[in-house]
Parts: sequence; structure tokens; C-alpha cells
Amino acid sequence: MPEDSPLWEVFVRPRRGLAHSHVGSLHAPDAAMALRNARDLYTRRQEGVSIWVVPAAQITASSPDEKDAFFDPAADKVYRHPTFYDVPEGAPHL
Amino acid sequence: MAQHAHSEIIGMQPEANWITRAPTLKRKAILLAKVQDEAGHGLYLYAAAETLGVTRQTLYELLLAGKQKYSSIFNYPTLSWADIGAIGWLVDGAAIVNQVPLCRCSYGPYARAMIRICKEESFHQRQGYEILYTLSHGTPAQKAMAQDAVDRWWYPSLAMFGPPDTESTHSERSMAWKIKRFGNDELRQRFVDMCVPQAAVLDLTIPDPALRWNADRGGYDFTPPDYAELMAVVRGNGPCNRQRMAHRRQAYEDGAWVREAAAAYAAKRREPVHA
Repeated sequence: MPEDSPLWEVFVRPRRGLAHSHVGSLHAPDAAMALRNARDLYTRRQEGVSIWVVPAAQITASSPDEKDAFFDPAADKVYRHPTFYDVPEGAPHL
Repeated sequence: MAQHAHSEIIGMQPEANWITRAPTLKRKAILLAKVQDEAGHGLYLYAAAETLGVTRQTLYELLLAGKQKYSSIFNYPTLSWADIGAIGWLVDGAAIVNQVPLCRCSYGPYARAMIRICKEESFHQRQGYEILYTLSHGTPAQKAMAQDAVDRWWYPSLAMFGPPDTESTHSERSMAWKIKRFGNDELRQRFVDMCVPQAAVLDLTIPDPALRWNADRGGYDFTPPDYAELMAVVRGNGPCNRQRMAHRRQAYEDGAWVREAAAAYAAKRREPVHA
């Protein structure tokens, strides 16, 4: 059975001023074809002004199974949010 | 998901049959765009299925070997231009009723693919409806052609919702996993209730003498499709099963050299350059 060509993750920037966001993935033998295929697959209705394609194998992701432990350090630091603090009545522009 | 992806890909065939014979350049461009969308839908769904660990190649091989199926509706032939209208209105209409609840199903990659697909399907349904409306308000011969298409596609479209809930093999599990959110019969009823007023605007008749409003239920009573026929088509004995699969195999084999050439070019470009 022939092997699949590499998997690419596709990111599209919908308009100037917005960030690229992930829209899906596709298979292509190289980056140039991935880019062309991404245009045909994900921007048939003018959904974007810029596309990034990234080899899926190059993405390092956090493990879903370890998400509790991984994100735990932030859990007890509510003082990072402005709402943690009591503002005395009458103090303006704070 | 695989069955759904295969359906989009096979579904390109009955419509592509009319691309070269579309009555105007505008209709031809629209139909091309629609068939291209179907290819896109197939690719979104293959990608969603692959997140469960299966390779694309395996999915292709399972389809070509006949071990995975596609929707039976695509085993019916498109005999006239009006069939393109009827497919858009009824087949895509039924698909939308089936698919809208899937946008909120429990598996994220499937749900995200479905959101994108549903947005695009509504163009498909409207273009079909417009084709039928144009024909039914044209010459008597055009209107007869539109009516003939509706007569042939009505019951196969009703059958797209699958067997009755009491006889559906996978429904119970799919409902428990919250992949399916409504039963086959409930969705079929929803579809019929939507179509009746739409048919009236088209000035075309739904080919069911038993169709009438039931005030007690708040829905239309209708004749169910022939489920024995549905099962025969699922088993491979529809009018076009063999033709569809033969065409898919041919397209896959004819495309092999392109895939090989692209892979060889990519491999060559990856090799280090020796001075």
C-alpha cells in the first residue's frame, strides 16, 4: 500500500489586522503543493488574505492527558488578575 | 465519518455528468463550483476521520475494495438537466437536515468539518431550487421535465434518512455517543414538513397521494420510502453502483502517475545539493 504524503496543518488569516488561525489539515508531497491545495480547499470563498502551511510532524503539542498537571502552576495565582484587588471607593482612573 | 467522506467524493459523479451539458455558461460555472465543493467536503471529512488514527490510504482502499460504503442516493442516475435541480433541492436539502445537528455532535473534528460543510451546502440547495423554479415557470415541456425529476428523486431522498428507527442497526449506539442527536424518523418528518410549502412555490407536485396535513400531530402524513429498495441499493444492486465504483477506481488509477510524479519531485528537492 503506498504511503500517505505528509500531513500539513493549514492556518488562514481572514483579514488584515487579524491573526492566522488554524482551519484544518491536508496531505501534500511538498510545501508548494500544500500551499496551492490549501488555497483551493480552504479559501474558495475569499476566506483569507494569507495562508501558512506547517508540516504536522513539526508541531510539538502538550499532552491532553497531562493537562491538569501541566497548567496547574497558574491555578493558584489569582493575584495576576486585576479583579483580585479591592479598589477603595473614590479612586479614579484605576 | 468515512462513509460520509466517501459519499461526498462519489457524489461528484452524478452531477459532473451534466457539467459539459449545462444549458448556459452561468449554470456551468455554478455546477463546477458545486462539484468542487463536494471534493472539498470529502477532504474535510477524510481529515476528520484520520484524527482517529486511520491513514488516508487505508480509507481509499476500503472504499475501492467495497468494504466501506457511501450514501445510496448516488447510485441513482441523472437522466435530465432537471435532475441537477432536484438533487440540489431534495438531496442536498435532505443532507442539510441530516447534517445541521452534526455540527453540534460530540466529536470535535467531525463537528468542525460539518460547520464548514453546512455553510457551503446552503448554496447547493438554493441553486437546485432556482433551477427547478426556472424550469417550472418555463415552457410546458420544461415544467414536465422538472416534475419528472421530482417524481424520481422524492422517495430516494426520503430514504437518505435511513431505515426506520426500529430497524436501524447503528442508531442506538450513535445516539448514545451523541454523534447522532435525532432519530431517522424525526429528521425525515422534519424534511417532509419543510418540502411541502417549497414544492407549492415551485408549483410542482410531490408524488405522494397520501400526503396530507395532520393537525393532531402538527406534521404531514406521508408514504414512507420503499425500505426494501433502499437495502437492495445498499447491498450493491442499485441502478449505478457498479458504474460509480468502476469510475472511482479508474480515476484513482489514472491519477497514480500524478501522485508518483509529485512525490518523486518532492523527494528530489529534499536531497542535498552536491557541488
